[in-house]
Amino acid sequence: MRRRFEVVVMLKPGMADPQGRTVQDALPTMGWSGVTDVRVGKHVELTVEADSEDAARELVEQIAGRLLSNPVIEDFRILSVEDVG
Amino acid sequence: MSGARVAVVTFPGSLDDRDALRAVRLMGGEPVPVWHADADLGHADAVILPGGFSYGDHLRAGAIARFAPVMAAVAGHAERGGPVLGICNGFQILCEAGLLPGALTRNAGLAFVCRRVHVRCETAATAFTSTVEAGEVLGVPVKHGEGRFVADPETMARIEGEGRVVFRYCSPRGELGDEWNPNGATNHIAGVANDRGNVVGMMPHPEHALDPDVGPTGGQPLFESLLQFVLAEV
Repeated sequence: MRRRFEVVVMLKPGMADPQGRTVQDALPTMGWSGVTDVRVGKHVELTVEADSEDAARELVEQIAGRLLSNPVIEDFRILSVEDVG
Repeated sequence: MSGARVAVVTFPGSLDDRDALRAVRLMGGEPVPVWHADADLGHADAVILPGGFSYGDHLRAGAIARFAPVMAAVAGHAERGGPVLGICNGFQILCEAGLLPGALTRNAGLAFVCRRVHVRCETAATAFTSTVEAGEVLGVPVKHGEGRFVADPETMARIEGEGRVVFRYCSPRGELGDEWNPNGATNHIAGVANDRGNVVGMMPHPEHALDPDVGPTGGQPLFESLLQFVLAEV
């Protein structure tokens, strides 16, 4: 069974995010108001072949914790899992 | 001063490996080129991870390079007390590898910074600063987009408490201030060491700062210190 995991990696809360800040600062210059915060992260899709969802999830968590994110500055979370046959 | 063999690791995307090799030679050491896929450091006494954009900086600067085959040898060398210097991307790799604390993130101003800066040496108790006095100001260039040093508050307190900040960005006279900090680094930190002082990472480029004809020479004492350290050990 193959499953597709969506993983999102974000800077930890409180960690300065110059990219988000820059996007936020651009909004009023384009005529949009009312946005009080912008944070920019990474979205990663992993398609995994494994016997069970638990096994696949454990692998994805290892990969996300050791490679996709740097635990010093970032958190990750799994957004969704989808069977892709 | 000869006989000190200093390995310089080239990763795919390294840019400053040739300058680092040249710097070792100019300062009287024996440069040893090492490829990222090598399993050993060619019997080197010290190792430099140079600047550049290893693996295109994909994912995060240094995130892929830390898993390169040669990094096991680098970690082993560090564990045995051997000198390791990470410059710019090399600093990022050492942090990703857990050989140094903290992380380097995007510059506060978002801009890629390429200019000469001054750094104040904060400790002579490392393999790379033994010939520098604490408080001495060195002129060196920086060129990076992700050089803002950060760490969680406990780690930061430990680094500061144990005197492991090696360099801080400063004015030409050694004063600290946001106007002298090119990337927003916490506590103006430009370089840190591990607890034993044999592993040092720094964002500025000492290997570009040797020749008085082309710029500041703040890199000279770092290489002098390294070569002395190695010879004292032999």
